[in-house]
Amino acid sequence: MIEVERLTLGYGDTVVLENLDFTVPRGDVFAILGGSGSGKSTLLRALIGLEEPLRGTIRIAGAPPPREGPPCYGVLFQSGALFGSMTLAENVTLPLAKWTNLDRTAMDTIVRSKLRLVGLEGFENHLPAEISGGMKKRAGIARALALDPPLLFLDEPSAGLDPVTSAELDDLIATLNASLGMTTIVVTHELRSIFAIARHCIMLDGRTHGIIARGEPAALRDGSADPQVRAFFNPRSRAA
Amino acid sequence: MLSESHGLDFIGDVAVAGARAVRAPFSINWSDVPRLVERAGADSLPIVLVINFLVGLVTAFQAAVQLKQFGANIFVADLVGLSLTRELAPLMTAIIVAGRSGAAFSAELGTMRVSEEIDALRTLGLDPYGFLVFPRVVTLVLVLPLLTILADVIGIAGGLLVAMLGLDITSNAYLIETQKALGLWDVFSGCLKTVFFGLGIALIACQRGLAARGGAEGVGRATTSAVVTSLFAIVVVDAIFTVLFNAFGR
Repeated sequence: MIEVERLTLGYGDTVVLENLDFTVPRGDVFAILGGSGSGKSTLLRALIGLEEPLRGTIRIAGAPPPREGPPCYGVLFQSGALFGSMTLAENVTLPLAKWTNLDRTAMDTIVRSKLRLVGLEGFENHLPAEISGGMKKRAGIARALALDPPLLFLDEPSAGLDPVTSAELDDLIATLNASLGMTTIVVTHELRSIFAIARHCIMLDGRTHGIIARGEPAALRDGSADPQVRAFFNPRSRAA
Repeated sequence: MLSESHGLDFIGDVAVAGARAVRAPFSINWSDVPRLVERAGADSLPIVLVINFLVGLVTAFQAAVQLKQFGANIFVADLVGLSLTRELAPLMTAIIVAGRSGAAFSAELGTMRVSEEIDALRTLGLDPYGFLVFPRVVTLVLVLPLLTILADVIGIAGGLLVAMLGLDITSNAYLIETQKALGLWDVFSGCLKTVFFGLGIALIACQRGLAARGGAEGVGRATTSAVVTSLFAIVVVDAIFTVLFNAFGR
């Protein structure tokens, strides 16, 4: 689904990530891991077309990330990034109104079904300021799913949420992936989320500007010889 | 980085979006314009009227003191009418709109930038220029001339009050003198300037907002910068128009 070859990202003369190579198979839940400042968000922004690579290529379903036209993916930003002056229903309607020729009734039906899918039925007319952080993330997912994209990007979906809400959101992501079959890319450093939803992952390192580990999360936790990877997956052992 | 933040990038992106808007007018978020017109126009009407009434009143007072010495009281009407329609009402109205709507636009877009809403727009395939910048530009280009016409009227009323109470001039005499002194060009030239004031205020406010970085502090900096730069631009544009009008004998 996604092929990244010799990708180098940065700002001006500053290189953030260098010579990344990885592929994400269709239908996978793929986690991008790493500590703060390791370049996770920069990589995500490049994958969704918000950053221009210094070198290398990104191909999504065989083509570069689109700069114009209907998006081939949905994105949940860290804060939810809902438009504050619009209700939840209007937020979800926005991409439908822009990219489809559906009439109002058909759009309303889709909007209700997307909000129901993320457990927000009955909140159609609420403004983002009137709902909790977890609900904003759910609404952000509903908006990302509006056009039924084959690919979903999630930037720190658990950030700022309490453990219960965070676990509920992880369950929702896993359920959506299982029921809709969409490829899901998650940027996170929450261990619980990684083990709950990710099938494969890469781990970025801010010092070497590259990937220091890749594979299944449980295999990395149990079998990696790299001290940084071991410390990431077993933070208590490092503290001890 | 794909950014609409910095000066030349912004101007280039606005030009490209403008060309796209001409080709496809429905790519612009017109549905936002009535709400923005209400906020920038109707909601600012009270302050615009009060300020311009007081400007007319103060101008008439200052003129009366001098003109009384020469027995030329009636020419207060000429001075107030011409100075208000050609300079003071457009300038004062633009300054109020820059402080009010320019600051609001910049803060709104700045907050959207730091809370990733601008990025969200892009990933939904929506152009921030058509969705956010153009409706604000259209709003101020429409609203400023209309506010200025009302400011002209209320400013002349301020002068009339001073003339009636302080100079013993009748309202009829004052209005007839104003009518004789003012030509259509005087009112039109003032309104014409405000179209460019509106364009400048909206573009500066949107550019500063979209360039905001670093959370609440960044939004505050962007808003301050938007207002200060707009005020400077208003005075520069006014000076350019004054020179041009004089050069063409108007």
